[in-house]
Amino acid sequence: MSVSSPYGIRLRPPMKSGPGRRSSPLHWRWTDRLALAFAWIAGLGLCAIAAAIVLYMGYRGVQYLRPSLLVSRPEVSLSQSGSGGFLDPVLGTLMLTAIGIVLAAPLAIGSALWIAEYGRPTWLARIVESSIEVVAGTPDIVIALFGLAIFQLPLLAPFSFTASGGGVFGRSFLAAGSMMSLIALPPLFTATRDGLQAVPDHMREAAFALGKTKIATIRAVLLPSVRSNIATGVTLGISRIIGDTAIVVFLLGDTPRLEPQGSAPVTGLLRGTGSTLTSYVFDNSPAGEGGAPQKAYAAAFVLIVFVLGLNLLVDRIGRSHADANGLNVAGAVV
Amino acid sequence: MLERLRSPWSDRRAELSLGAVSLLIGFAVVAMVVFVTIQAWPTFSHNGLSWLGSGGKLEEQISAMQETSVHPPASAYHLRAWPLIWGTILTAGVAVVLGLAIAVLSSIFIVELAPTRLRRIAIPVIRLLASVPSVVYGLIGILVLVPFVGNHVISPAEKTSVQDTVLLTGKSLGVAIVILTVMITPIMIALICEALASVPNAWREGAIALGVNPVRAILAVTVRAARPAIVAAAVLATARALGEAIMISMVDGGRDFAPRLSDGITFLFEPLRTLASAIVDYHDGIGAPALKSTLYAFALLMLLSAFALSVGGYLIKLPMRKYQVRG
Repeated sequence: MSVSSPYGIRLRPPMKSGPGRRSSPLHWRWTDRLALAFAWIAGLGLCAIAAAIVLYMGYRGVQYLRPSLLVSRPEVSLSQSGSGGFLDPVLGTLMLTAIGIVLAAPLAIGSALWIAEYGRPTWLARIVESSIEVVAGTPDIVIALFGLAIFQLPLLAPFSFTASGGGVFGRSFLAAGSMMSLIALPPLFTATRDGLQAVPDHMREAAFALGKTKIATIRAVLLPSVRSNIATGVTLGISRIIGDTAIVVFLLGDTPRLEPQGSAPVTGLLRGTGSTLTSYVFDNSPAGEGGAPQKAYAAAFVLIVFVLGLNLLVDRIGRSHADANGLNVAGAVV
Repeated sequence: MLERLRSPWSDRRAELSLGAVSLLIGFAVVAMVVFVTIQAWPTFSHNGLSWLGSGGKLEEQISAMQETSVHPPASAYHLRAWPLIWGTILTAGVAVVLGLAIAVLSSIFIVELAPTRLRRIAIPVIRLLASVPSVVYGLIGILVLVPFVGNHVISPAEKTSVQDTVLLTGKSLGVAIVILTVMITPIMIALICEALASVPNAWREGAIALGVNPVRAILAVTVRAARPAIVAAAVLATARALGEAIMISMVDGGRDFAPRLSDGITFLFEPLRTLASAIVDYHDGIGAPALKSTLYAFALLMLLSAFALSVGGYLIKLPMRKYQVRG
């Protein structure tokens, strides 16, 4: 009997101590008993912390979240009652997530395919893999500053908000979204690559035996069979993007409302500035300028609901996939 | 043109285009290092390596930068960054050590000890901890933990003992460390669990057959075999802890102060500032060239430490190749 987990590992059944003189912890050395006790305390303690966070945020959310907050736009006001809702930040979060994933998915899936299926020359493949590791280990704030340096280049001025004097501001949905794609890249890449590596070789061999080329095999056999891995990766990427604050504060302008640049309907919005739920929470907390903790709690509750939903989604994808063909879902939590 | 795209691709063409896509990622990393270094260069060329040292008041040095013109003189770049580096080392170091111990223990709990039903709950719950946005952690910290620590944990005697130099409000090193530990532990658990679960059952059973008790077998065989994954987890968690900006900037007090070990246990309640949180605190003034270069220098320092960490992790893992299961 084994339990399939969302970490993509086959867990063995829990240890049962058999009959015998040595089996009771009471007869173990005290160091071992201590280790046993601490393992239980650590595991249960973490669960308790998680439960406390969710319950507390839920309590605050029920206390302060009103449906009207979700559909009204933020107002500039000194008092908490007059500062409006957070429709714009919610829209900003959705837009930024869409841009980030649309940019990250082809990059991540393409490079995962190349690494898993071609991967020659080997040194080049190793460089690509290590650069993805570097991206995964780079703090988001460094990525944000990098984005600012790029998008303030005069060459890239058309992509971002331009101040009235003509100075390149370097902040826009496109700028923030392209840096968000770097944040979403590592989990998406890892999930896809691990999925491809878990596809048994005889599936490829069968396709080759039928005279399929490699790329035709990828299209017709491999990509469909790692569909759920890609879905897991996308979900993990989305939860990374939703949760990021630094890039929003630096690259999205952090304006309470969506401020389109120019009058073109879609491109204007993409070149304009805005905010997301995370930056809204940050600005309304005592750390930001607006001291509106009730609004911050309400927005944070919405964030937690998003994150919970994404977690459930990952769980469900993982479970259905494991049932379908016994392949494990990649453990790309990080 | 469209015809060509629709017709089946040749393998050669597919390989080249997929390879080109992969190379883009490599270019992005190179570009990141190059751009951040270029922006940070004036700081290092004017200060040399004594920039890393200590001396003077950081806040005064930075506000002097904000007042300089578009073409600042060399003296405008003057800064001594040690208080920030010290704050970063303290928070990240303590949080990683604490988190690693908790992560190893709770991974053992999840993989080996917990009954199946409990395990089914524990795994998604710890996953959830890993994906809670940092700003939510910061919010809980600033609205719940900070007032609690400020009002109930810090005694009046402790407040008066350092009142000449710093005001203890509850925004402190201790709160930052506690939240940071909760944030990075789940990341480590994910990696360690995976490794523990892939250790062959027979190894541990062999140890039990030799007469040791199950817990000793886990510690001596299973955890030992998973050492490379534990190192990898520690490296990744340290990188996360170093770069955590938003949460720390919310709970660290943002004061020009570095916790002093000489204050005894009170130093846990003293405010601090890290490299990442300084970038958040001062990003409004990024229009001033001297300050901009300084902030990029902070970023470069974090980037280089992340590099050094992964290289260091690789070197530590090398001698563990024997009996490894993963890494």
